[in-house]
This record gives sequence, structure tokens and C-alpha cells, in this order.
Amino acid sequence: MPDRPVRHFEGELEGLKVRLLEMGGLAEDRLQAAVEALVSRDLASLDRVLAGDDPINRLHIEIDSRCCRLLALHQPMAVDLRAIVSAVKINTDLERVGDLAVNIAEAARRYLRHPPVKELIDIPRMARLAQTMLRDALDAYVQRDTAAAERVLREDDELDGLKTQVFRELLTYMLQDPRTIEPALDLILISRHLERIGDHATNVAEDVIFMVSARDVRHHTGEAQ
Amino acid sequence: MTRASLPLRRPAAAPHHAAPAAASADVIDVRSLDFFYGAKQALEHITIRIRPNIVTAFIGPSGCGKSTFLRTLNRMNDIIPGARVAGQVMIDGRNIYAPGVDVVALRQRVGMVFQKSNPFPKSIFENVAYGLRVNGLAKSRPELEARVEQSLRQAAIWDEVKDRLHESALALSGGQQQRLCIARALAVRPAILLMDEPASALDPIATQRIEELIYQLKTDYTIVIVTHNMQQAARVSDTTAFFWLGRLVEYGPTEKLFTNPSEKLTEDYVTGRFG
Repeated sequence: MPDRPVRHFEGELEGLKVRLLEMGGLAEDRLQAAVEALVSRDLASLDRVLAGDDPINRLHIEIDSRCCRLLALHQPMAVDLRAIVSAVKINTDLERVGDLAVNIAEAARRYLRHPPVKELIDIPRMARLAQTMLRDALDAYVQRDTAAAERVLREDDELDGLKTQVFRELLTYMLQDPRTIEPALDLILISRHLERIGDHATNVAEDVIFMVSARDVRHHTGEAQ
Repeated sequence: MTRASLPLRRPAAAPHHAAPAAASADVIDVRSLDFFYGAKQALEHITIRIRPNIVTAFIGPSGCGKSTFLRTLNRMNDIIPGARVAGQVMIDGRNIYAPGVDVVALRQRVGMVFQKSNPFPKSIFENVAYGLRVNGLAKSRPELEARVEQSLRQAAIWDEVKDRLHESALALSGGQQQRLCIARALAVRPAILLMDEPASALDPIATQRIEELIYQLKTDYTIVIVTHNMQQAARVSDTTAFFWLGRLVEYGPTEKLFTNPSEKLTEDYVTGRFG
């Protein structure tokens, strides 16, 4: 017999983790579907992304209510307390990622009304990077791996750089041909949404670091440690 | 009501954990219960129904009647001079205060664990075997030994005592003694287990063991626990009843009571504004 009995609270924490991962998976799928539909100019797929926000929204509410229940009924301390506070915040970030995927699909729908401005190269790259960051942040959450979480923080710089690059490039198109302004603005908006998704992945990574090591690295505090 | 119709008589050889009632039926159904210590009314019109195989916690400030009420559920108040009960306590559909009820059989069906562990000054084995012997619940030595082991296992103490069953129970730690008392209560195969502050004299680790044990036992038993520790009630129970000045103020799912109680009084109590 172990020194202390296994607490059924552990099972509750595990259930919470499973739910958050489910939500992360859904958000990731929607991001991927929206960008793939943009690249392949597939309106039907965009419509599916636009119509399918319900499961994420339901999980958003369910996870918050689970966290609230665990806080009220189990009075968690130390790492358990941080795990639940982090789960509340990660939940919000993942829901925002789902919303941003919808925003991308909306902008893509408008963009597809026009002839292509150019071949899309950097936007799919941004999408892949944002998706990787999100997945790595969630893996870091599952593994409680602060080193992996810190790698996610570094990847965000690359994503920011790509966004600036997309903007500069599209600016030259718009200057050359004012007819491209409207669709180009939608592409800029999409790159902005992708960059925001990276920010949410970064938030998740920061929450993982806080959960595991109680270190608050937000706003460049505690970075030196 | 004739004695013969009462289910509370000693069962001949009831199969282990014979379902006390259909899973949905209330196992405890209290109707307008008043309780008096002499002239002083300690409980006023308590009406509550408790479903089987859940943990129900009674909470409330000292003197609110929660322990008194718990003790009405197996007539432990009978021995108090001047104690008087009005109303009905239905257990498995029969009023336990009806004339002719066999109180010994009732207490076998509705077991109890107290705040202070109270093992007999006998061996660990004998503590658990005692109730089986006096009730004639084991036909042979092997059966007796099997039931003692089973009860100790259910109380999550077997591994700690299996090599010293014949040593004195008083040599056990406080937490072990309390689990032994739970094993003793389980040995006679009750349907309902009443627990009066079962962990209040224990350290945090022993308390956690008892809490986990309560959580496991509810698959086989209906458990009612009185605790002055609100956090403990939140952790272990499925439903919670809040008592105040002898009245049942609020009764409902534990989650609701601790996150969004219906009554202002409950809210003030669970948030620590009084009590």
C-alpha cells in the first residue's frame, strides 16, 4: 500500500486535462481547415468551419464549470491550485483560437470573391507554425515540460516576423494595383489572426511554466531565471 | 404494524449487500421529525429523503442539531433521559420509531462510527469478529475469518494489520483505530453507515485516508456523515444538508450548495460570514 492513498481528486484533474486536450484538438483542426480551404479556394469547407463552432463553445463552458467545481469542492493547494487556475486561462485561450479560426474563414470567404492576389506561401507557413506552437504548448501541458513550453515562446518571434513580411509584400501589390487592395487587406487580416493564434499558444506555454514551476514569465518578468 | 412485517428484524442469512431497495428509491425518508431534550426542542420539522449509495454530509454550526439528527437515524438518542421524538423516520419504507421495532436489528442495518475511535480492549481480530459472533452471523471459524478479512479489506486497513491480527487494537494509531472501527461496523453488513465527525481527531494524512475510504464505500453503502469541517463535506459528499438552530435550511447537491446556495443563510455560513 502506498504511503498515501490515491486521491480521487487525481482522477478529476485527469478528466480536466483530457477535456482541455479535446478542446485544443478541435481548435487546431479548425485552424487547419480554414487555411487549407483558403489555399484550395474551397468555399464548402469554409462554410463548414463557419458553422462548426458549437463543440468548442460547449467545452469552453464545461471546462470552466469543472474548474469552478474543483476549486469549490477540493480546495486545491500548491501545484494542484496552479493546475486549475492555469486550466481556466488555457481554456479561454483555446476558445479564442477557435474564434480566430472562424475569423480567418470569414476573411477567406471575402478573399475568394476576388481573383487571387498572389500565390499563398507565407500564410500557410504562418498557419503551420501557429498550429505547431499550439500543439507544442499543449504537449508541454500534458508532459508538464517547461523546456518545451519555453521553446514555444521563442517560436512566437518567427511568427511575428512572418506577419511583418506578409504585410510588406502585400503593400507592394496594393501600391501597384489598387484593385488588389480589398483582397490584400483580407490576407493581411488573416495573417494578423494567425499571429494572434501564436499569441494564445504563447499564453498557454506561459501558463504551463506557471503551473509546473510557479514562475510567472508573462510580460518578460522572471525570464532571467 | 406487526413485528413480523418489519424488515428490521435480524435477517436469517441475508446475502451480502442484498440491495436495500431499488437504486432509485429513497433509503432514508424522514417526515416532519421533531426532537426534544426534555423541554428543549432540538430539531424542528425535519423532512429529508436520502437516496442509496451516495454520501450525504450534514453541516452547520455547533448546536445546530446535525449530530442529534444523525443519531435519530438509528435511534442512538433512545438512551438519553427525557429525549422524545415526533414524526417519522422511514428506513427502507418502515418507520423505525413504530412500536415493536427491534432496535438491535435496526443498528445492525444502520451502523455507526463515532468521532473518537472506540475499539474494544481486545485484539484487532476480535474487534471485528465480535459483532459477527454476538449476532450469530458466521457459522464456522473459516467463515468468521473470511468475513473479518473482508471487512478489514473494505476498511482499507487489511494490509496494515494482517500480520498482527491478534495484537491489541489499542496499539494501533488513531487513524488505524478509526478504520478498524469502520471495519467493525461493516462486518455486520449494514446498508447505511452513519459517521459522526469520523476524522475530526485525526491528522491530515489519516483524514485523507478516511475521506478516500468514504468515497470508495459509497458503492456498497449509503453513507451519512456529520462534520464541522465544511471543506471535508465538500470533498467527500454528493449531497449536503445545512442545519441551523435545529432546522434544515438547505439540502441539495454538494456542488450547488458550495458554489451557488439557494438560501442566504447557507451562503453566509459556507462563506464563513457566521458560524
